[in-house]
Amino acid sequence: MTATVGQQAQAAARANDVWKVYGSGEAQVIALRGVSAEFERGRFTAIMGPSGSGKSTLMHCLAGLDSVTRGTVSIGETTVTGLGDAGLTKLRRDKVGFIFQQFNLLPTLTAKENILLPLSIAGRKPDPAWYDTVIETVGLKDRLDHRPAQLSGGQQQRVACARALVSRPEVIFADEPTGNLDSRSGAEVLNFLRNSVREHGQTIVMVTHDPTAAAYADRVVFLADGEIVSELIEPTAETVLDTMKKLDTPAEVGN
Amino acid sequence: MFRATLKSLLARKVRLILSGLAVVLGVMFVSGAFVLTDTLGRSFDSVFADGFSEIDVNVAAKPKVQVNEMEGEQTVAPLPAALVDRVKQVPGAASATGVVNADGARVIGSNGKVVTSFGPPQLGENWTGESELLKLREGRAPQAEDEIVINKALATAAKVQVGQKVGVLTAFESKKRDFTLVGVFGYSGDRDSIGGVNEVFFTTPVAQRLMLGEPDVFSSITVQAAGGVSDEKLRDDVARTLGADFEVKTGEQVAADASASLKEGLSFFNKILLGFAAVALLVGTFLILNTFSIIVAQRTRELALMRAIGASGRQIIGSVVLEAIAVGLIASVLGLAAGIGVGALLAFLFGKLAGGLTLAGIGVPAAAVIGSFAVGLVITVVAALLPALRASRIPPIAAMQDVATPDRPLTKITVAGSLVTGVGAVLLFLGLSGNAGGQTLSTILGGVLFAFIGVALLTPLISRPVVSLLGAIFSWSVPGQLGRLNSGRNPRRTAITAAALMVGIALVTGVTVILDSAKGSISALAQDTIKAELVIAGQQGGPRPPTFDPGVLDQAKALPGVRLVDGEYGDMGRIDGEGTWVAASSDIASLRQIFGAKPTAGDIDRLGPTQMLASSDTATSRGWSVGSTVNVQLTRGEARTYTISGIYESSQLTNPVTLPVTAAKDFAIPQPIQGFIQLDPGTRVSDVQPQVEALLADSPEVSVADRDAFIKQQTSSLDGLLTMIQILLALAIVIAVLGIINTLALSVLERTRELGLLRAIGLRRSQTMGMITVEAVVISVFGALLGVVVGTGLGAAVVEALKDEGITDLILPWGQMGVFLGLAAIIGVVAAVLPAVRAARINVLGAIAHD
Repeated sequence: MTATVGQQAQAAARANDVWKVYGSGEAQVIALRGVSAEFERGRFTAIMGPSGSGKSTLMHCLAGLDSVTRGTVSIGETTVTGLGDAGLTKLRRDKVGFIFQQFNLLPTLTAKENILLPLSIAGRKPDPAWYDTVIETVGLKDRLDHRPAQLSGGQQQRVACARALVSRPEVIFADEPTGNLDSRSGAEVLNFLRNSVREHGQTIVMVTHDPTAAAYADRVVFLADGEIVSELIEPTAETVLDTMKKLDTPAEVGN
Repeated sequence: MFRATLKSLLARKVRLILSGLAVVLGVMFVSGAFVLTDTLGRSFDSVFADGFSEIDVNVAAKPKVQVNEMEGEQTVAPLPAALVDRVKQVPGAASATGVVNADGARVIGSNGKVVTSFGPPQLGENWTGESELLKLREGRAPQAEDEIVINKALATAAKVQVGQKVGVLTAFESKKRDFTLVGVFGYSGDRDSIGGVNEVFFTTPVAQRLMLGEPDVFSSITVQAAGGVSDEKLRDDVARTLGADFEVKTGEQVAADASASLKEGLSFFNKILLGFAAVALLVGTFLILNTFSIIVAQRTRELALMRAIGASGRQIIGSVVLEAIAVGLIASVLGLAAGIGVGALLAFLFGKLAGGLTLAGIGVPAAAVIGSFAVGLVITVVAALLPALRASRIPPIAAMQDVATPDRPLTKITVAGSLVTGVGAVLLFLGLSGNAGGQTLSTILGGVLFAFIGVALLTPLISRPVVSLLGAIFSWSVPGQLGRLNSGRNPRRTAITAAALMVGIALVTGVTVILDSAKGSISALAQDTIKAELVIAGQQGGPRPPTFDPGVLDQAKALPGVRLVDGEYGDMGRIDGEGTWVAASSDIASLRQIFGAKPTAGDIDRLGPTQMLASSDTATSRGWSVGSTVNVQLTRGEARTYTISGIYESSQLTNPVTLPVTAAKDFAIPQPIQGFIQLDPGTRVSDVQPQVEALLADSPEVSVADRDAFIKQQTSSLDGLLTMIQILLALAIVIAVLGIINTLALSVLERTRELGLLRAIGLRRSQTMGMITVEAVVISVFGALLGVVVGTGLGAAVVEALKDEGITDLILPWGQMGVFLGLAAIIGVVAAVLPAVRAARINVLGAIAHD
């Protein structure tokens, strides 16, 4: 099964018949088998699937972190496939933001410095109004001068979210952003991500295996064995769980 | 970005301190060398300025044979006394005084030994009265032939008092002569000497006879200008009156010239120190390279994150290089400061050793500052470039997942290592075979440098089997086995750490091989050639070789059982305008028999007063044959023409040319330096030795020894040289030890979780420490082993190249090598202490939870 896609608006990120093959010969692993997908601007999309389904690989390929074996990937107007290191660097600088499972803050910098790091790397000044808005939204106003080690996990992840948002990228890729958080902090972060989509028109693509997290998204794309197998619009935790169960079953039978 | 870099640097201060320390030590060497030579230079300036302050104009003969500071004190030919009156006549001259001032007045202390000076001359002078500068502290001026006055420092060193009889050896009399000490003088400002110079004042006739060898001559004439006449004008007037045969200078010029010649020696010394600094810095480079590599490896995730959020590869390189610049800057500042301290300390010690040199204030010359910063910064940045390049290649995806750093294949590095080693070998070959076209030294040094870098690059490949083999010694215990595996875990890191130690050990081993071979070859040759059972010689302490009374030679010849006696004299002379070492022998026939000299042309058994012998090498290179006439200018006297009457075969022990003994009176040192005694067959050495000893009672600078003792004495200067080189290279080894500590400390930090796990499953603290220690010992012994092998190779290559120079035997210092390996094991244990303690203290629970 290829390509089920939302057709509305313009796509912020697009994968077109993407194949990803690791290794060769007997050790060959096909991580993606001709995936085509579009991620619309201003929407919150979750990519779900059991482990080994290729969901992380798809995200890495979309973000230009990993090369594709075949097919093309584009972000906004930019075709990612075939870009050299300089092009990819520029892409990451201007069009892409990341949120990681392990937060990945620089331990030596304060929260504020961490948030402003992408702009300072790019040599740009923050838009003060937008910066204030972001800080306001993540609720970190009184924590800006703290080091990551002085913040709780949830607070650290909110700093990471602010860091991704502050440069207003075309699309933010979030890799299991709640994987290392307790459920309450996780809910806070997810709420915050959903709000940034609804209120500020941010595009977010999130990889997760947690149905509750996926339920915060506007749309869920399901992957199994390197292919897109299903999709839900306006999901709830229950519908996501049901779909996952259906996906698991044939695999178990297969074993 | 800039801020992020600086913050990350500050957060890692401990890690960087050790690598910074390597730079600090190297830079310290550099700035210390400059500060020391600058301080000593200015001290000499002021000493000479002071010593010549009362002279307006000085007249001296042009030196007949120019010698540089390395070859000894300049001796000038004497001036006729009548010249003093001619100078007095020059309008504008208020007074002119004839001065006797020559090196070689040696006072025998109350213990019967000659008071030596390590460097400054021992002057014998004529008393011309007190002055502003020079004042008698005790007693009176010398009036009779057997009266002397000496400076306070010399009186103190010799432990003699006014009124006592004091023995003195002089330039023209190496037999002790007794004088009455009638006075002790000092200099203004309560100084006991000027620059550590020992001075003996005689009455003028005695000074002329004993220090200059003839009556009615002076070393120089000092002239005082009349009021209103400038020194320069007086100088020009005197020069015009006397003509071109004399050097007429103002007091200031004399001071500047004297100081300049000493400074030439100092700059040579400076270069040697800088050479050792270069070695220290080379080792430091390895250490910095390693530290930065490890830091980059540890920061993989952080750097990948930077890449993921938009940093370009160039920015990453920039951030690592920036870090290096910061470390380099701080280290340079500290190194400069430490160097100033070390330079001041050494200058102080030097001043003490040289007998109370009054030091000028410690100054920091611009060269020290520029040198320190240039060297510190350049070295650090160059060493950090490779790790920086590696950092820029970290893929951004490494921020998302634990990308195991793949074990990169060693092919590339091995190929590069082989190439670089090859280049080093070619350079060494060119340099050692004398095909480098005038750039011999730099070619050889370049070859050594390339060889070191090449071997360092090859080390990762070698390290696998060797480290595993070395580690096998410890693998009987579990911690030993773990330590062995850990040391083989990252071949590159182990290799660079070991390579740093290799450099120091290789240089020490190489130098030891060369010097031992030289010593062995010379001893063997001497043993084969010298057919003298007894040798008269002394241990040279200062620039002037010990001498003895030539009368002893005749007396010894008359002893029962003595067959042949030969006394040897030597000097730098000019033959046909070219500086050449010339010798003279008291008995040319004995010389031939004692040294088994073989004639290649002419007659070498006798020598007329205008005849000369030459060695075959000298004859060939100068184009001489029997019957050639040459012009010989010695330190004193007029140039003479000699005819070559015989040519002897060259060996290590032959002199380039041999003159008749009558020529020796014109030598700078007109006394014999060595005497060789051959006994009748069947005569016991122990029967004759005490009798010769008795003859030498009045020549306390020398003693008589049997041949083996003499050879040992002669080669002992090489031992001193070896010790000095070893001490200076020890710094390179200290830096290498820092490197081992650094590598281990970082490894422990990296393996916190793993160490916690090992402790959790029951590894005891002591076992943890054992494991770390084994790792350290394996790495350092590996480095020492490499060093011994590479050093032996280098040493053997040099010895091979010096075969024609007479170093025929390759002698490998097995004992020394064993010591180095043992030392390396100890170094390993010492280096492991801190990291091991740290590893043992790891909190088990915290370590396992450690992210």
